[in-house]
Amino acid sequence: MTVDHDILIIGGGLNGPALALALAQSGFAVGVVDALPRDTRSDPEFDGRAYALALASQRLLRNIGIWPAVVNHAQPMLEIKVTDGRAGEGPSPWMMHFDHAELEEGPMGYMLEDRHLRRAFLDAMDAEPRITTYTEEKVVAQSPDLSGVTLALASGQSLRATLAVGCDGRKSGTAERAGITRTGWGYGQTAVVCAVAHEKPHHGIAHQFFMPAGPLAILPVTGNRSSIVWSETDSRAAELAAMDDAAFLDALRPAFGSFLGEISLAGARFTYPLNLTLADSFYADRIALVGDAAHGMHPIAGQGLNAGLRDVAALAEVLSEARQRGEDIGSTAPLARYQAWRRFDTATLATATDTFNRLFSNDNPILRTVRDLGMGMVNAMPGLRRNFIREAAGLTGDLPRLMRG
Amino acid sequence: MSSTDSSTVDQAEIAKFEAMAAEWWDLDGKFKPLHMLNPCRLDYITQQIAAEFGRDLATDRPFEGLRLLDIGCGGGLLCEPMVRLGATVVGADAAARNIPVARIHAEQSGLEIDYRHTTAEAMAADGEVFDVVLNMEVIEHVADPAAYLAAVHALMKPGGLHICSTINRNAKSFAMAILGAEYVMRWLPKGTHEWNKFITPDELFALIEGAGLTPVDRKGFQFNPITWSWRISDRDLSVNYVTTSTRPT
Repeated sequence: MTVDHDILIIGGGLNGPALALALAQSGFAVGVVDALPRDTRSDPEFDGRAYALALASQRLLRNIGIWPAVVNHAQPMLEIKVTDGRAGEGPSPWMMHFDHAELEEGPMGYMLEDRHLRRAFLDAMDAEPRITTYTEEKVVAQSPDLSGVTLALASGQSLRATLAVGCDGRKSGTAERAGITRTGWGYGQTAVVCAVAHEKPHHGIAHQFFMPAGPLAILPVTGNRSSIVWSETDSRAAELAAMDDAAFLDALRPAFGSFLGEISLAGARFTYPLNLTLADSFYADRIALVGDAAHGMHPIAGQGLNAGLRDVAALAEVLSEARQRGEDIGSTAPLARYQAWRRFDTATLATATDTFNRLFSNDNPILRTVRDLGMGMVNAMPGLRRNFIREAAGLTGDLPRLMRG
Repeated sequence: MSSTDSSTVDQAEIAKFEAMAAEWWDLDGKFKPLHMLNPCRLDYITQQIAAEFGRDLATDRPFEGLRLLDIGCGGGLLCEPMVRLGATVVGADAAARNIPVARIHAEQSGLEIDYRHTTAEAMAADGEVFDVVLNMEVIEHVADPAAYLAAVHALMKPGGLHICSTINRNAKSFAMAILGAEYVMRWLPKGTHEWNKFITPDELFALIEGAGLTPVDRKGFQFNPITWSWRISDRDLSVNYVTTSTRPT
């Protein structure tokens, strides 16, 4: 038997549930298909991953009713310090300093651990009568036609909707089945991610050190803990991953510095190979792509989830408007509007983070001088600095309604 | 003629109409200007209907119970959205070839729409009445607008709503609609419009009042060549514009 929904979402990670909630709240009947068992997805053990939510993303979470469930776990990000460093030499005198005091809207963003956000999404979906979840289910085929799309699941179940949205990550099966090709390249870098406990309080300050091999981000989470994203060459990252905790901490200390006192590990370590992958189209017949499925970018500025949530807000707005004027929500007209809104924006961001990474991830003395001068200039000019702060807070560009104040 | 022959003819006809339906609904095809204008037209139409009949557009099928006529329905670009919103829809077109095309697309979309090859005057003579009459981009092609609007009046229930859009008559509309759309952009076939048949908003209001209807609103559809999109304007009625009128109870 085929079950009907207005919209089917493939992928129950973070963007998928956010989109499901936004759509359900504007009246759509939504089905969410995820391959993982619910227990795995809601594992309360701290797994070391955390997100830097821009202010615009926090507003989205507030507007879809998620924020009250996570607010006690969210660490406001009050300042960001960016430094060009070389191990053993300490940071260069030129640095950029962004302070939320220059932004009237409040903190630039919040650090939130993956486990809290995931749990809040699962609970909110359970409580929303317009959402049906299909867990431990894999899509094996998708067949678009003139009035909708049918998904065949591995269990033999068949689902139908006017539109299916792929929130299934940078290796999106939804995009692949729709014949959407991708453009991208690897960076030869791997991110090592983990949580660190430290002696001294971080005062809500995020740090980004640019090292020759790749950037090291130290991001404040609740308590005397920080989440670190350490980008290294692939081979060095493999060495780091193979080390025991004590050896890993010894390798981390020179880069991390001593400004937070003694450090220890506060969770498991993860590695993510870094690559850029941009879908050549954000839609196909009866299919739309959201988040990493549309654009997997360098996580240099923590913009991956923020860009995904911006897709969510834009797509929900486009579809809700289309429905209110009686348009076919799975037809080309609204999907082309979504792409026009988001594709240029994400391609620009992907290219910017890519350029930034190439500029900073090397030890060329000329580039080092150029970037030091550049950072010094940005820091010296309040107008330019404010623009960077607004950009980091996600407050620039054509903001979807769900992300406005 | 044997039954096999007639079914062959039907198959060829159907294939032709399917191709025409695909053409009508191709965003970048022959009807691109209509597709570009459509979201803006739909926003105006849905908001006017919702306001007049006290419906909430955030609900499911807000136009349930309303009987709506679309004059000059073409491929069904307005009829299909109105049915999705819950209205009972009759689509009328004086061009016979549009009817099977619109029917095929509605069937492909799983929508029930009563498409007819007829005119407003003929339907009025049959005594048909509607809650809403859509009269979009038609009046500039009509020989006698006063007689045509008298038929529209007859097609409306007392308290009914009439939405009528057309093109203004001035130097700018000549440049935009005829030189621009027909000759430069080739959006529309040459000769689609005759400029001297264009009607100014004041003339249209006078015609509408003359037909016994009460004008209640007028807005412009403004094209932005930078964002390549249309928006509703309160003040700029210089080229494309739309009016709403009601039939007094």
